[in-house]
Amino acid sequence: MRLGEIITAGVLALFSIFLMYYSAQLPIGFEQGRGPGGGAWPFWLSAIMLVTTGFIAGNWYRKTSPPSQSEEPVLDRYGWKMFAQVGGGLLGFIILIDIISMYGAMAVFLLYYVRFLGKHSWTLTLILAIALPIAFFFFFEGLMRITMPSGMSFTGPFYDIMYEIIY
Amino acid sequence: MEVLGLLGDGMWQALQPLNLMLILIGVTLGLFIGAMPGLGSVNGVAILLPITFLVPPGSAIIFLAAIYYGAMYGGAISSITLGIPGASTAVATTFDGRPLALSGRASLALVTAALASFIGGSVANLLFTGFAPLLASVALSFGPPEIFALMLLAFATFVGLGGDDIPKTIFSICIGLVFAAVGFDKITGTPRLVFFDISGFLHGINFLVLAIGVYGIGEMLWTLDSTRGKITKSDAKMSVKGIVSDSKEGMRRGWKGTAIGSFLGFFVGILPAAGATPGSLMSYGVAKMVARKPEEFGKGHPGGVAAPEAANNSASTGSMLPMLTLGIPGSPTTAILLGGMVIWGLTPGPRLFVDQSEFVWGLIGSFYVSNFFALVINLAFIPLFIWMLRMPFTVLAPLIFVLSVVGGYAATRDMHDVWLMLGFGIGAFFLRKFDYPLAPAVLAIVLGPIAEQTLRQSLLMSKGDPMIFVDLVNRPIATPITIIAIILILLPLFKYIRDRRRGTAQTPSG
Repeated sequence: MRLGEIITAGVLALFSIFLMYYSAQLPIGFEQGRGPGGGAWPFWLSAIMLVTTGFIAGNWYRKTSPPSQSEEPVLDRYGWKMFAQVGGGLLGFIILIDIISMYGAMAVFLLYYVRFLGKHSWTLTLILAIALPIAFFFFFEGLMRITMPSGMSFTGPFYDIMYEIIY
Repeated sequence: MEVLGLLGDGMWQALQPLNLMLILIGVTLGLFIGAMPGLGSVNGVAILLPITFLVPPGSAIIFLAAIYYGAMYGGAISSITLGIPGASTAVATTFDGRPLALSGRASLALVTAALASFIGGSVANLLFTGFAPLLASVALSFGPPEIFALMLLAFATFVGLGGDDIPKTIFSICIGLVFAAVGFDKITGTPRLVFFDISGFLHGINFLVLAIGVYGIGEMLWTLDSTRGKITKSDAKMSVKGIVSDSKEGMRRGWKGTAIGSFLGFFVGILPAAGATPGSLMSYGVAKMVARKPEEFGKGHPGGVAAPEAANNSASTGSMLPMLTLGIPGSPTTAILLGGMVIWGLTPGPRLFVDQSEFVWGLIGSFYVSNFFALVINLAFIPLFIWMLRMPFTVLAPLIFVLSVVGGYAATRDMHDVWLMLGFGIGAFFLRKFDYPLAPAVLAIVLGPIAEQTLRQSLLMSKGDPMIFVDLVNRPIATPITIIAIILILLPLFKYIRDRRRGTAQTPSG
């Protein structure tokens, strides 16, 4: 944790400089008759962020913050495995949205999580993976009139059937 | 006495069979729309507006107001049970509602939220009935310096009383404010902070994207990691006896938050362009400021649920006030209601109370009736929400992830924001490991646009002189608020100096 905290502070300091650079593309001072420039607010806030990372580094050096006193790893073996399985599953879910639609991706993600991570029965898995996307479809597309991403063109026949029901 | 007579007529009108049915349907629909992440009262009111043309204008606005009420109650449900804010107005409810649910006390959080919402709504209704024209004129005396001072006070409460690492808290506030600045500079109309020319940044970063990322994805990853996968299901319980004892405890520990939320929420609600979201966040901050043990906030204090819930209900009624009396909407939802009134041939403004007295008092009467039914319906559904929590965690977790992704998309209808939400979630997971408080970032991204705009307007008014905020003669409201905020910001420094002095005083003898 100790090493992780100073690396995080360093990354956040670089991010603050990055934000200052982007903010400075607009005026950052006080313009007579026009007030503070468009970049002033984010620029000076990013400058404060940079200063605070200095204080965080100071606290790390003096070992006053709890993470700076800890010798535990940021993520142990279990943590990395969980992060890869769950984070990877989420990444796959979001990638699949543009391919097999929001509802299709939802079904695949539920199948993956409930069956393979949760180790539940196929019956419960299939009930959830089929019923939930359909319920979401009727709520969003039917009741709320919010169109979710429909994926590539091959999902068309499915949508035709579903729209036939709600319209 | 005349007011009581008019109110009686209004309530009688609201209790007519058609109106009563519309209230029941509206409140129930609003409850579920509010509970769905990414959707709030504004979506419900906007989508169901065309349906209202089937009924008379008086009934139509009663229906829409009932949806608004129901959504205010519903927002707390997913904030507490799932940790994902159901609506922007319920973001602050997550701060203490979720920790309460995780410790098996979801019923306490839900009952406290329902009762605080009811009290907040009732106080607002009384204030609305008795002082509508007077309060509207007070709200108009709030200029940019006064509003900025209020924003500063909200940020200051997190710095001065957070109990967290001060540099990390300040960092969190600043990053939230910078994220709020992404998109267009609203004063000059110039694109700003459009990273790598990605067009998705042009519409800014929606606060729900950050809130769902932090509290949906980040929180779930953190829970999975910290419990080592051993959490199987919550031991949340529910019984009639439990509701009664939770009601008592919720009111005993949350009365101060409820009172603050009811009055402050109403006042912030009537400020033009403020609304229920800033009202609930500011009430949370002030409730924390005046609490005997502010360090307990954020860890599952009923007062931290009561304050924002009382405030968002109170503010939603309050935001109707400038709409009806001045024709100025106090929130996005009331802007749509205003549009509806214009379509129905009604002209909001000072003459409305005289020319359309029956309509106005029917609406005010419906506030009382809706508030009562919203409480009853909400309490009736609490066992269902508790049942959701008793599902195995390996079923609940993917449901939360699905709701997060769907909610992140529904908020802006842009896949760019879904990716951004995933990034925020992963970032929040790691930052939380290093004790960075994340609630201040969420607060800041919500209040950021108002804070920046009012600061710049104030500096324009004073030709760049920051002393406009501490000018007791010309700004008697802004000055004391600013001074309190500055003291709160400096409070950690005073504590540090005091501790060092104590340390040096003890060293020679020790």
